[in-house]
Amino acid sequence: MSDLDGLYQEVILDHSKKPRNCRAMEGANRRADGYNPLCGDKFTIYLKLQDDRIADISFQGTGCAISTASASILTEILKGKTRAEAEALFESFHDLVTGKTREKGETPALGKLAVFSGVCGFPVRVKCATLVWHTLRTALDGDQKVTTTE
Amino acid sequence: MATTREVVHPSTREPSAPAFDVRRIREDFPILKQKVHGKPLVYLDNAATSQKPAVVIEAMQRFYTQDCSNVHRGVHLLSERATQAYEDARVKVQNFLHAADARETVFVRGTTEAINLVAQTYGRRHVQAGDEVLITAMEHHSNIVPWQILCEEKGAALRVAPINDRGELVLDEFEKLLNARTRFVSVAHVSNALGTINPVRQLVQMAHRWNVPILIDGAQAVPHLEVDVQELDCDFYAFSGHKLFGPTGIGALYGKARLLEAMPPYQGGGDMISSVSFEKTIYNHIPYKFEAGTPSIAAAIGLGAAIDYLNRVGMQNIASYEHALLSYATEAIAQIPGAHIIGRAREKAGVLSFVLDGVHPHDIGTILDREGIAIRTGHHCAQPVMERFGVPATARASLAFYNTKQDINALAAGIQLVKGIFG
Repeated sequence: MSDLDGLYQEVILDHSKKPRNCRAMEGANRRADGYNPLCGDKFTIYLKLQDDRIADISFQGTGCAISTASASILTEILKGKTRAEAEALFESFHDLVTGKTREKGETPALGKLAVFSGVCGFPVRVKCATLVWHTLRTALDGDQKVTTTE
Repeated sequence: MATTREVVHPSTREPSAPAFDVRRIREDFPILKQKVHGKPLVYLDNAATSQKPAVVIEAMQRFYTQDCSNVHRGVHLLSERATQAYEDARVKVQNFLHAADARETVFVRGTTEAINLVAQTYGRRHVQAGDEVLITAMEHHSNIVPWQILCEEKGAALRVAPINDRGELVLDEFEKLLNARTRFVSVAHVSNALGTINPVRQLVQMAHRWNVPILIDGAQAVPHLEVDVQELDCDFYAFSGHKLFGPTGIGALYGKARLLEAMPPYQGGGDMISSVSFEKTIYNHIPYKFEAGTPSIAAAIGLGAAIDYLNRVGMQNIASYEHALLSYATEAIAQIPGAHIIGRAREKAGVLSFVLDGVHPHDIGTILDREGIAIRTGHHCAQPVMERFGVPATARASLAFYNTKQDINALAAGIQLVKGIFG
């Protein structure tokens, strides 16, 4: 697999073209905006947080294939997860896309997130993959500020 | 002394300007010989910065290996040589812009600093509450923000002349926005995001009808067109060395002598003074009044070498070669189904901005990079332009005279590859 094929895996292309949970959410109790001024990517994350659990999650926005697919897949895998589980997944995901996972020789249980393994070969694209995760963290923290990647 | 600056280069041996031969031109640029990701480098990001011919790199190396010293200070030989080379570079810039007097050339870090200098000196002195500064909707952030800062400080208004769907300035609207409250006009000669060439001579005349001075941001113009500031009759003209095949960290501000003389200094420090006491400082003459501190001496010399090089190639040869190449590129991109060119001005130079249906420019940039093709993707420091065309970003291929039809063919093939990946 060439590194381009590794970056633009079928699952990523599919999610970027047909993003899941891409809608505004009625009755969301948390919301945060994320912005990457470098490429103009803009996303909003909506959460329905019940106690400590993500009962529902959705997003809206525009961006490149990597950031859009990342948003789509994030909403799929975090539904029903606790804050602590979401935090732990972000950490593993961050290690994956920044190449730390590869360095350590680890194989964390990332499930669908593993399709982003190719990002670590493209350092300038790490921000694309992590923008919505940073935005999610802001939403979980209940902070209404705009998250930027700068 | 002169021998240290003598340029020994094959193209100087030609008795007259040779016919434009792009293969020979490319030989002058060492960086172009490399491979990127295993593919020959196709450098199409010239509007961001251009590559440097060997003569520029050598001129700077020669300064550091033979003449390195501070300017306007020492009585010793090295300082004399450094000063001479630095001042020679100023005359080269003067002649390049066809200015009347070398004192009208101020060395700055680049276009951004040149515009800030004018905003903070001329602008702060002449713009007051209720006044207006006029720019256009196609400006780079560096020709927006300095005026915003000034207007905010003074309680003045920043007025913006609109552009049409082709990306051309709407001249009637521009003219209508000039009025008795207008204190300054600042416009791009060539748009960095769209490639539009503005009819700057006409804009100067319109501004002057209201006795308003006008600055031309020439950052994207000087690498492509011959500029004559006396013919334009503009009051200020700014450009960056690094987009003109020279080094980073150097640029020039042209200003009419009577305006520069009346302006307060920009920064205080060494070289910009005639005498200093704790009671009073007497400022130096122009242009030194605006050159506080040790300047970027080697870079100025490098810029001078770039101008010498361009003069040997001939700006008119460059303009006509690039005009044909831009037409070829426009046709090549326009033919690709799903590709849309942003900026279809009738007068264009250097820049080809485009979008591709269903693919974000950032993804285009990554895939092209793996093919060895360097383009810029994003908002190009011109977010209002992106907004005007309703796109978050574009992919931008920008040309220089060392680019070839093969480069354009590689770009077109790369875009097909992008389409293949995104189905």
